[in-house]
Amino acid sequence: MAINWFKYSAPSTFYGLAGKLIPFFAWPAAILFVIGLYIGFFVAPTDAVQSEAYRIIFLHVPASILSMFIYLIMAGYAALGLIFNTRLSSMMAQALAPTGALFAFVSLWSGALWGKPMWGAWWVWDARLTSELILLFLYLGYIALQASIEDPRRADRASALLAIVGSVNVPIIYFSVKWWNTLHQGSTIKFTGTSMHIAMQQAMFAVLAACWLYAIAVTLARVRSIILERERNTQWVSELREMKQ
Amino acid sequence: MTPRQKRMWFIVAGVALVAAAVGLVLYALKNNVSLYFTPTQVFNKEAPQGRSFRIGGLVEAGSVQREKDGLNTRFNITDTVQKMPVIYKGILPDLFKEGKGVVAQGKLESDNVFHAEEVLAKHDENYMPPEAVDAIKKAEAAKAAAQPNSSSTANSSVAK
Repeated sequence: MAINWFKYSAPSTFYGLAGKLIPFFAWPAAILFVIGLYIGFFVAPTDAVQSEAYRIIFLHVPASILSMFIYLIMAGYAALGLIFNTRLSSMMAQALAPTGALFAFVSLWSGALWGKPMWGAWWVWDARLTSELILLFLYLGYIALQASIEDPRRADRASALLAIVGSVNVPIIYFSVKWWNTLHQGSTIKFTGTSMHIAMQQAMFAVLAACWLYAIAVTLARVRSIILERERNTQWVSELREMKQ
Repeated sequence: MTPRQKRMWFIVAGVALVAAAVGLVLYALKNNVSLYFTPTQVFNKEAPQGRSFRIGGLVEAGSVQREKDGLNTRFNITDTVQKMPVIYKGILPDLFKEGKGVVAQGKLESDNVFHAEEVLAKHDENYMPPEAVDAIKKAEAAKAAAQPNSSSTANSSVAK
């Protein structure tokens, strides 16, 4: 017998499922953060060119990867919500946006802190940095648009269009260092391999996994709040144990 | 077609159109999107004349000279085909090194020297401990010693 997946696309069932899933993502995230940062600061060797300053990569690269990936997932959920008119998809897109914006901000901020000592500038208007800044603005625009329309279904439709159109920017960020002359260096993690010492890789991938799990955990927590907010007048919400207290 | 499929194709077509439009715009603005010109482009007069622009490449090995006043530095930026003499007054970034990447902003003056106002260092995407770099250098030196005729290839690989 097949599992009825559509059962979990109903906000009322997903609300409980999400609540049960959160600890399974939150705890491994916390543990992997500690492991990753420990390897990054105490095990990984000093870099030959940049000495200790390169260690910001352990935060910078995972944040950048997730800022791009979350955007694509958000746009995907927004498109699903638009095409199938499923309520939960739009709520997921809305729940992902603040986390994506956070990672985009961390990516830009840590990049500036890295750029000053290494390049000699906090900021340059090269293609990589500029397109990542546009990504942050897309997230903020999405959040603002969603919040500015009273009717949630109309807000979903309008912001979904913005999210979908904005997804064109993600491949531009990724390939910017190949297509144009930039100050930003090329990708360290490529499909063909990684040009990095093994302990550095371990630290970076541990933090990357931690950021992934963190993003899932906070998105589930946020989507639960959105479900409650949007479905506050329904029967099932009023029957929740936490509502009766 | 069901309304559902209609919406889906509408979105697919919309994204494809936007991607094509953005692609064409960026292609048309190729030179404006690129952060710097290479010495070859400057030599071919593709860089703006008489106003400030950025030039990027490698600091030519053996070209860095500090002037006696202690403030001005002269060096050549090369893309291994053409080279551009640069003069810069100020503090260079820590990563500024012969044979390494550099991006300079400034103006090409009538003396055919690029007068830089800002010099930024560009580093590559490889991260390894100093011991690994020493090992690579040793291996390259051994290779060069084994093949004395091909010293020019050994030099070019060091310049990278």
